[in-house]
Amino acid sequence: MTSADGFSSVSWWRRLVNKSMTILILVAVVLAIVPLVFILAEVLIQGGSVISLGFLTHMPAGPTDKTGGIGPAIAGSFTMVGIASLISIPIGVGAGIFFSEWSSSKLSTVSGFMNDVLTGFPTMVIGLFVYIIIVLTTHEWSAFAGGVALSFIMIPIIARTTSESLSLVPNTLREASMALGVPRWRTIFRVVIGTGKTGLLTGIILSIARATGETAPLLLTAAASTHYITNIFNQPTASLTVLIYNYGTSGFPVWEAQAWGAALILILLMLGLNLFVKLVIGKNLTEARME
Amino acid sequence: MQFRLRGDTIATMALAAAALFIIVLLVGLSYELYLGSSTSIAKFGIGFLVGSKWNPNKNALGALPFIYGTLVTSAIAIMIGLPISLGVAIFISERLKAHRSIGYLLGTIVDLLAAVPSVVYGLFGILVFAPLLSKYIETPLHQFLGFVPLFSGSPFQGGANFFSAGVILAIMIIPTMSAVTRDVLHAVPNSQREAMYSLGATDWEVTQKSVLPYSRSGIFGAFVLGLGRAVGETMAVVMVIGNIPSITSNLFSSGYSLSALIANEFGEASGLYRAAIVEVALILFFVALIINVFARLLLWRMTRGTQVRA
Repeated sequence: MTSADGFSSVSWWRRLVNKSMTILILVAVVLAIVPLVFILAEVLIQGGSVISLGFLTHMPAGPTDKTGGIGPAIAGSFTMVGIASLISIPIGVGAGIFFSEWSSSKLSTVSGFMNDVLTGFPTMVIGLFVYIIIVLTTHEWSAFAGGVALSFIMIPIIARTTSESLSLVPNTLREASMALGVPRWRTIFRVVIGTGKTGLLTGIILSIARATGETAPLLLTAAASTHYITNIFNQPTASLTVLIYNYGTSGFPVWEAQAWGAALILILLMLGLNLFVKLVIGKNLTEARME
Repeated sequence: MQFRLRGDTIATMALAAAALFIIVLLVGLSYELYLGSSTSIAKFGIGFLVGSKWNPNKNALGALPFIYGTLVTSAIAIMIGLPISLGVAIFISERLKAHRSIGYLLGTIVDLLAAVPSVVYGLFGILVFAPLLSKYIETPLHQFLGFVPLFSGSPFQGGANFFSAGVILAIMIIPTMSAVTRDVLHAVPNSQREAMYSLGATDWEVTQKSVLPYSRSGIFGAFVLGLGRAVGETMAVVMVIGNIPSITSNLFSSGYSLSALIANEFGEASGLYRAAIVEVALILFFVALIINVFARLLLWRMTRGTQVRA
């Protein structure tokens, strides 16, 4: 594959350019990987030193009190991601099915395009939107408002991955099922989804991971709290990400250390979900495709 | 027969409703932002976009410092991030062709790094990276190239400024941009490469003269997508940029950005001040809309039939 090594027809200048570009490409790879490894190492070292069972369950404490924990933030994050999943999975999967099974309809084209646009949308704007439609109406910050904001981020991801994995299902399966007299809706729900379910699951898990790491949509909708959540409709709710933001910019060393601890928990959750998808489901997915 | 038809109708309607919801969401979003900012739009008109004063107490509100901060940090992020992403993508897709498993492993690592939450980049940025950057990069740049307006200011210790925010953004968008570029390079037919190799071209000549021109519009799409992420990013910027509205050519000065303003000030704002911040969100909405539509169109054209990630 390499240049015609040993052939004198390749001039020294072309060889020099080729070598220099190879070096530049390697430099780029190093420049890309080093900061990212640096970030992970920093989170692991700084975060690892504060994590304990108490840290995971205790209530937050003052900026000089090392016994404070992130219990309410973990509970809040799980609650809000749960609410977001309940809203976004039916809508996202439904829209995804529509994109793939009615792909030639006008609604599918327009909505599919808007869906792609929404995927890369500034999450802060989505938070502001949910503030206007929910927090201004109920006059309360709440886990529900936070969950709705997160669901608006999850829906486009779930819809796109659903439609992509369902469009991989061969048409012959659909035709075989319909030829047996099975109605279209049963064909879709039993045959198409049955075949494409690993891809569908992948999309859902990745979107849950994404929602767990979101901060901006929660700032205006769930705000922050130091207490465990008791009601999803009428109280500001803590989350891991907002806690990292508030503690990280507080200027107090104890809180900064705890922000690293929370960041480690968050990264473990997200990398865990992503690795699960890559290694467990992803493997099944490639095997399913090869069959 | 009756039952079957009804089942089909209900299913079609329910699924179409879900698809319709996405349209309603985007339309509702723009409508609410327009409604919420109408008093500000009426008061300031087009002057809002070019006004450089931000003084809520005197109702002197202009969005230029925030637009400026968003543009400058995104520009820095792209200028650093694009060449690096391109290098990573070329390395994985072109140079590791013979070692697919290494390429797959490296690609997986880069993909996983795209999953690190932005608030963690922000935390790392403000507590670790910005102070290092200020000490080892910004200070020498200022000392040796201080006559260049970009480096004319003396960076202060904490390093919360345009430059560090831009560099953190670059680190953040590299995984996304290199992943998309990699997909685009994979879509180049092998015959393109083989033709060049058969003429005796070197590795770089193959990349430069057949792979890159073939995937030009897709790489441009990746660039626009990365730009979209940089422009829309809140957390990494709000924690690192310093949050002081300013318009200056000095990159080592604190600044502010559109999304950072919303994150910091919307909660306490009311009346016209609040409407002005909603208008800032509307500006961000339109910028993001244009960038995203543009990127999608480019990538759709380039990789029709193959999968492109978000």
